[in-house]
Amino acid sequence: MDFIISHYNYWIVIFLMMVGLYTVISRGNLIKKIIGLNIFQVSVFFLYISMGTVKDGAAPIITEGVKLYSNPLPHVLILTAIVVGVATTALGLALVVRIKESYGTIEEDEIHEMDHSL
Amino acid sequence: MIDLIINIILLTFLAITAIAIIRTTNLFATIMLFGIFSLLSATLFVVMDALDVAFTEAAVGAGISTILMLTTLALTKNHNEKRSHAHRPWLPLAVVTITGMALVYGTLDIPGFGDPAAPANTHVAQYYINNALPETGVPNIVTAVLASYRGFDTLGEVAVIFTAGVAVLLLLGGKPSSPNSNPRTNKKREEDET
Repeated sequence: MDFIISHYNYWIVIFLMMVGLYTVISRGNLIKKIIGLNIFQVSVFFLYISMGTVKDGAAPIITEGVKLYSNPLPHVLILTAIVVGVATTALGLALVVRIKESYGTIEEDEIHEMDHSL
Repeated sequence: MIDLIINIILLTFLAITAIAIIRTTNLFATIMLFGIFSLLSATLFVVMDALDVAFTEAAVGAGISTILMLTTLALTKNHNEKRSHAHRPWLPLAVVTITGMALVYGTLDIPGFGDPAAPANTHVAQYYINNALPETGVPNIVTAVLASYRGFDTLGEVAVIFTAGVAVLLLLGGKPSSPNSNPRTNKKREEDET
């Protein structure tokens, strides 16, 4: 039971990661694919933050009388990752808008049909 | 203890929201669900003591990302996802299940959630916890590392954002091409008319 509780975080992380991956590879709509990528990304954030959490630890802001802090380094990494993530999302969505302008659709199979690819 | 219970409940909500996101075909509803997903993750970051990450996620993930997606939806005027029957779900489902099982096998050796003796928490992190305040004078360790110890990394991050911004402007900022001048759209229109 203890083992399940202490690994529940990681299993949910893997579940979210796989939901994101499944959305990216099985859905043809480009906006849906980008949402899938975002879900995948958030799951990675959880993996890092879960590893940095210390039981009964305080948030890593130095306060008098507090001895135990959570690990601040994953927080720093993930802060950077969130901001870079929104930059890539914005770029992806801009590409979707351009694809809509030149193909008239954002469904993957219709685009393949027009290009005679696949 | 109460932390752990809140943690487990929020993680379960998160998983349910993710399932709802894949199953919904209305794109507006999907984007709203994604906003809820981001807000839930921000709450969860607070529970896991990552305050700076939580408010960045709330502002950037739940705020800016959702607005960007809604803008895209408004520009593409495509409100429903088309589910073609040609997509068979079995192959992606098999790939995802196998990958997931391999990853779960990998977690069996990871130290449990919140373990103070985990290798990730015992080596380099202690240095920053002990020395960040005397060396930089900033009580918030995350800020101290981000802006002082790793200031150049943050500068690099600004370069990434700038590049992405320039790329988005280049993609969208040009004169909007009239739909009639585009052969592909024309072809599509002819097909639709016939």
